[in-house]
Amino acid sequence: MWKNDVSRYGLISIVLHWITALAVLGLFAVGFWMVDLTYYSQWYRTAPYWHKSIGILLAITICLRLAWRYFSPPPNAVTTHKRWEKQISSVVQGLLYIGMVTLFISGYLISTEDGRPISVFGWFDVPAAGALFDNQADTAGLVHEYVAYSLIALTLLHGAAALKHHFVDKDNTLRRMFGRKP
Amino acid sequence: MKKLFLAASLAALMTLPAQAADYVIDTQGAHAFVQFKISHLGYSWLYGRFNTFSGDFSYDAAKLAESKIQLTIDTSSVDSNHAERDKHLRSADFLNVGKHPKATFVSTKVVERDNNNFDLYGNLTLNGVTKEVVIAAEKTGEGKDPWGGYRAGFSGTTTLTLKDFAISMDLGPASVTVQMELSVEGIRK
Repeated sequence: MWKNDVSRYGLISIVLHWITALAVLGLFAVGFWMVDLTYYSQWYRTAPYWHKSIGILLAITICLRLAWRYFSPPPNAVTTHKRWEKQISSVVQGLLYIGMVTLFISGYLISTEDGRPISVFGWFDVPAAGALFDNQADTAGLVHEYVAYSLIALTLLHGAAALKHHFVDKDNTLRRMFGRKP
Repeated sequence: MKKLFLAASLAALMTLPAQAADYVIDTQGAHAFVQFKISHLGYSWLYGRFNTFSGDFSYDAAKLAESKIQLTIDTSSVDSNHAERDKHLRSADFLNVGKHPKATFVSTKVVERDNNNFDLYGNLTLNGVTKEVVIAAEKTGEGKDPWGGYRAGFSGTTTLTLKDFAISMDLGPASVTVQMELSVEGIRK
């Protein structure tokens, strides 16, 4: 039920997966929109505050997810998956994790160059490490931007692959992520 | 007698104020500042500065009109004591430093007003736009320094309209202009 077994995803992995999906898409949408807000917009201060707060919470969630993945490894691939499908999907999934971690680090580096902490909805502060290298905010900002676009491209590929399995191959790949039996 | 006269005139020369001397702005010892202030919403002043710049001037107290100054500012060195804001100031919304990494001011004429006050005319190139500006300037002081050199210091202010220099971000009706303040000390070359 809670843990994954050889053929099924458990509830914890499923919930973590969909929270991540929602947060990644939401963060991208907000990030894309907020950088062009006008100074007098109601959202000029709120949108970046929420973006940072949710970003930090997602970073914590991803740490839990990776730990959970270690304690409760994902089920085996659906038996009808072809070899190349398995290979590409594990590369893409790996890149999704790497992309997210890069976004957490680069986002943190933008906001903390001057030693200001990041407040998470006013609940707690993530302390700043200050300036770790020259031109930090600008460099981290560029990395954040390009990796965000790459991550969204990979997310679309990941989602399109799931739909292809569901509608074209008519296998259980997508249904398993909703807790269905194989 | 001849020797004495030579020594006396040499001594006199050394104590006289500089004649049309060239000065390098003391950025090495950071006795020079390029600062700005802009209204925040009309409620308070936001101060910032450019940390990296260089320049020199020539100055003659007797022939003030012949004085000249040129200044080059590294726009990426903008510093308003807030990393996220500085990142925004460097972006295309403001200074566009990727495209225009340098701002320059080259004086064209000096008009004396009274003793220590004068209007410094010149061309300011900022964000790729060149416009004539007038800096209301004042000589702060000059004289020998304790280490064998000779220094002269000036300060000046001018008001720039952001739109004139293609700075596109709209900061509201109270913040359409920025006040620049220049405070420089030159060491005689």
